[in-house]
Amino acid sequence: MSRESSLVSTEWAEQNLSTPGVVFVEVDEDTTAYDGGHLAGAVKINWKSELQDPVRRDFVDRAGLEKLLSAKGISNDDTIVLYGGNNNWFAAYAYWYFKLYGHEDVKLIDGGRKKWELDGRALVTETPDRVETTYTAKEQDASIRALRDEVVGAIGTQNLVDVRSPDEFSGKLFAPAHLPQEAAQRAGHIPTAVNVPWSKAANEDGTFRSDAELNELYAGVDDSKDTIAYCRIGERSSHTWFVLTEILGKQNVKNYDGSWTEYGSLVGVPVEIGA
Amino acid sequence: MTDCGAPEQTIDLPPGTNITDQAIVQGKVLNGPDPVAGAFVRLLDGTGEFTAEVVSSLAGDFRFYAAPGTWTVRALSRVGNGQASVQASLGVSPVNIAVG
Repeated sequence: MSRESSLVSTEWAEQNLSTPGVVFVEVDEDTTAYDGGHLAGAVKINWKSELQDPVRRDFVDRAGLEKLLSAKGISNDDTIVLYGGNNNWFAAYAYWYFKLYGHEDVKLIDGGRKKWELDGRALVTETPDRVETTYTAKEQDASIRALRDEVVGAIGTQNLVDVRSPDEFSGKLFAPAHLPQEAAQRAGHIPTAVNVPWSKAANEDGTFRSDAELNELYAGVDDSKDTIAYCRIGERSSHTWFVLTEILGKQNVKNYDGSWTEYGSLVGVPVEIGA
Repeated sequence: MTDCGAPEQTIDLPPGTNITDQAIVQGKVLNGPDPVAGAFVRLLDGTGEFTAEVVSSLAGDFRFYAAPGTWTVRALSRVGNGQASVQASLGVSPVNIAVG
């Protein structure tokens, strides 16, 4: 993978809003953002109510995703172009999620909604009327998703990259500072994890930094080992997974979607605090 | 804002918010006297490191749940960018950001 095959610019997006075979999908943390205005023709996917199992803490299963994407009018051979607010956190999460279920051609708009809005590009409120499809998902690709036992086993042996803010890493905060301070039972980080905040991979306008800057940023990630990225609920670490895998082309990188809300509530596992 | 008296409560906090254990940084993004809606407001820590980002409301309001200490709030908007420093303590610490 490379920047060219996984990222598109806001300019490219604007020029391809009505290109057949290209489906724009907005995924936000603030799931009402879409309703206030979105890219013309874009469909909305709610990261919580549509991508998560309503009962268990897990994703919707393969059949559930097939039903969802069919209803959204998305075909297997469509190019899915994702974007969203909050520096593309949830759009990157959806990118990883669609890759997990085997969608071939997925792209992210560099800078997402923020760049689009700061560019002054048009937003509309009309919702598209797409014809239902018959979407076929694959089994989950276990090579890009880490579960808790693997994470515990990775302590001291694999690269663990904690992408939260320094204050969350050190245990000063439990959650990002725009959210109430609640979540896991304990604050801190997984022992031997390095703290590379996701935000260092992005410019102020939400676009990704240059390849040279990104390579320097992750110089401490040992390419001879496998890598697991985590954050609080797995969305910011999807952003970092995207950088490591899709932009820098690193191999064997997994996203731990259970992240700190799971790890920080486990009984008996080691926790480190401080920088 | 005046120099004395209780800090102005610019926005109502969500019901049930416990301000005795939260350091809340909040205020408005302003272009002259006018509130700026849809600005991207970033909370930077004492070293300038990004911590969080929100979008200002229709009334230009923003809010962060921070920790006691020195923070910078920086706004990006179509009318311009701006930033301000704030010393947060437990409770509500108000700060406005001028842009344009």
